[in-house]
Amino acid sequence: MTKHLLTTVGMERAELEGLLDSANEFSAVLQRAIPKVPALQGLTVATLFFEASTRTRLSFERAAKALSADVMSFAPSTSSLSKGESLKDTALTLKAMGADIMVVRHGATGAPWRVAEWTDCPVVNGGDGAHQHPTQALLDSLTIRNHFGKLDGLRIGIVGDIRHSRVARSDLYAFAALGAEVTLIAPPTLLPLDVTGWPVKVSTDLDEVLPELDVVYLLRVQIERGGSTVFPSLPEYVTGYGLTLERFSRLHPDAVVMHPGPMNRGVEIAPEIADHPRSLVLDQVTAGVAVRMAVLFQLGTGLVKS
Amino acid sequence: MIVIKGGLVLTPGGMVAADVAIEDGRIVDIAPDIEAVGEVVEASGCYVGPGLVDLHVHTREPGQEWKETIASASQAAVAGGFTAIVAMPNTTPAIDAGHMARFVTDRGRQAGLCLVAPAGAISLGRQGEHLAHLDEMWEAGVRIFTDDGDTVKDAGLLRHAMEYLVGRGGIIAQHAEDPGLARGGQMHEGSVSARLGMRGLPAAAEEIIIARDLALVRLTGCRYHVQHVSTAGSVELVRSAKEQGLPVTAEVTPHSLTFDHEMVMTMDPDFKMYPPLRTQADIEALRAGLISGVIDAVATDHAPHAVAECEVPFEEAPRGVIGLETALAAVMAAVGPDPELLFERMSIAPARIAGLERHGNRLEVGQPANLCVIDPAREWEASGFRSLSLNSPWKGQTMRGQVVSTIFEGRQVHQLVNS
Repeated sequence: MTKHLLTTVGMERAELEGLLDSANEFSAVLQRAIPKVPALQGLTVATLFFEASTRTRLSFERAAKALSADVMSFAPSTSSLSKGESLKDTALTLKAMGADIMVVRHGATGAPWRVAEWTDCPVVNGGDGAHQHPTQALLDSLTIRNHFGKLDGLRIGIVGDIRHSRVARSDLYAFAALGAEVTLIAPPTLLPLDVTGWPVKVSTDLDEVLPELDVVYLLRVQIERGGSTVFPSLPEYVTGYGLTLERFSRLHPDAVVMHPGPMNRGVEIAPEIADHPRSLVLDQVTAGVAVRMAVLFQLGTGLVKS
Repeated sequence: MIVIKGGLVLTPGGMVAADVAIEDGRIVDIAPDIEAVGEVVEASGCYVGPGLVDLHVHTREPGQEWKETIASASQAAVAGGFTAIVAMPNTTPAIDAGHMARFVTDRGRQAGLCLVAPAGAISLGRQGEHLAHLDEMWEAGVRIFTDDGDTVKDAGLLRHAMEYLVGRGGIIAQHAEDPGLARGGQMHEGSVSARLGMRGLPAAAEEIIIARDLALVRLTGCRYHVQHVSTAGSVELVRSAKEQGLPVTAEVTPHSLTFDHEMVMTMDPDFKMYPPLRTQADIEALRAGLISGVIDAVATDHAPHAVAECEVPFEEAPRGVIGLETALAAVMAAVGPDPELLFERMSIAPARIAGLERHGNRLEVGQPANLCVIDPAREWEASGFRSLSLNSPWKGQTMRGQVVSTIFEGRQVHQLVNS
């Protein structure tokens, strides 16, 4: 059976740790004078990004190239999508051109599963709808593990637009599997409607939870979601849920701040905090390349022709 | 002459073991051991009853003939045991005037397999702004009016349509979905939509509209039919309205009686429909409502979409699934094989709602010969559909209970080929 990375739901601790260990080995590779290994030489990684995203696509491409794979990049603005080509035909076309592994980002939930079904290529979910973004969860886990040594017993608060966030849906499962205690914190209109069975606690009161947290994970917020207003105004959001300097001062002195980017400075995060030594935002970006190398290596290593 | 041999026949006195003879479009004899002359339908172990009637079929013609045509829908219908179907008016252009309704009727006659009764739009072009040509459509034989696919959201417009139709006995049929609550919704709002990160349609989106419309029924006295009831709360609203004596009827789809929202975890577009698949508790309420009669009828909401249109992610897929050919077996699996119940909910009650006098009658000598023969024990695989589309949630599954023969106005229009 073809192996994919589609979701963190159901991923076990050993599997996650194996990928994180592998990512740390690739981090060492990235520190070398020539940051490249021939692990996936001869393979082609196709990135199919149907949603605008620069950082995630670049991160995957950087990872693929550091493994000596070739890269084919598909983006809607330069593609035949404007000519009405379907997702299925696009995926089949790239496979016919020689793509061995597909990285798929799409605005619709489940799109990477459909591509996996149609092409039988290994597929990495690069983010689908508000559903899953597993490599983000891995890079966030790696960042936290490298900072604290482990996730066991850490209290992680994910703050912001949980309802529409694939980052939150992916991270919470990975964090919980690695032993952390996860709390989702948001105004009621940004919380998922039903978290039955989720390994999390839920709160609408950031100030109450704040002093207990080891990691404050902030999500990007948007006032408009699918044509409806989900909170009254940005200033009101900041008052209740923004990480202001005042709130930052009430954090545990060892606590850190994370954000998947791109940040709304001055909304969910005060600009000074974004650049503070206890902000791990750039560590997350660095971890992203190593984690994606680990994932591509795991999916691709069986495909390399000797 | 057609003789149906050896079946259990639905008569005014209940199920009776008898043969049925048909000649010149009518039932001419119901008796044991009728001599087998002419066309013989072997029916031992089968139920023989009135042809099924579907209040809710999207025939797609005119405008989307690549999905389905009135002819192909008719073929699917008779394969499923239906001798009459009500064609929804959300075509392109919409059925909102007399000549459009006559077009549907005529195309149905040309296909010649079953009765195709047009439903008419409530509003011009289904735009929800001005009344459609209700008089013209009434004259053309339309009895059910609906903007199905969309809800008539303007209560003032709906009131006028009700006031206009109440004197004639017309029926307003509503696709109940509050547009504000449903906005962007892809599936039932609940634990599964939260996990998948998809926008949901809460049960309240349906119940709010039904509750509002029932207030208008109280105001106007117009007959009102709730299409594809999907929530336990809606069943309760209908029950209480009937208790108050309001002229209200309701239908439920086979898929809502069968599948719950967990099926969307497959992200297969064959499980995308509006109203969406709900919870197990809703399924139980719908089944109980159908058995008790709070829900009068099964209606398929047969909604064909071409294969290519469904080869997309769930959220981009069109809404609806086909159902004519699987309805009977699905309903039998959901509420059991009691023939009285099946014929009551799938033929007699829907025929009365739609005002189709020649259909939905217990078999008696002299009645028009619109009937079907059902083998309740026969197992078959759901494939090889006559519909032009394949979007069925039962695709590939083994089903139990199949139509052996369908007779429309005295002609055998479907006969199961033994495989």
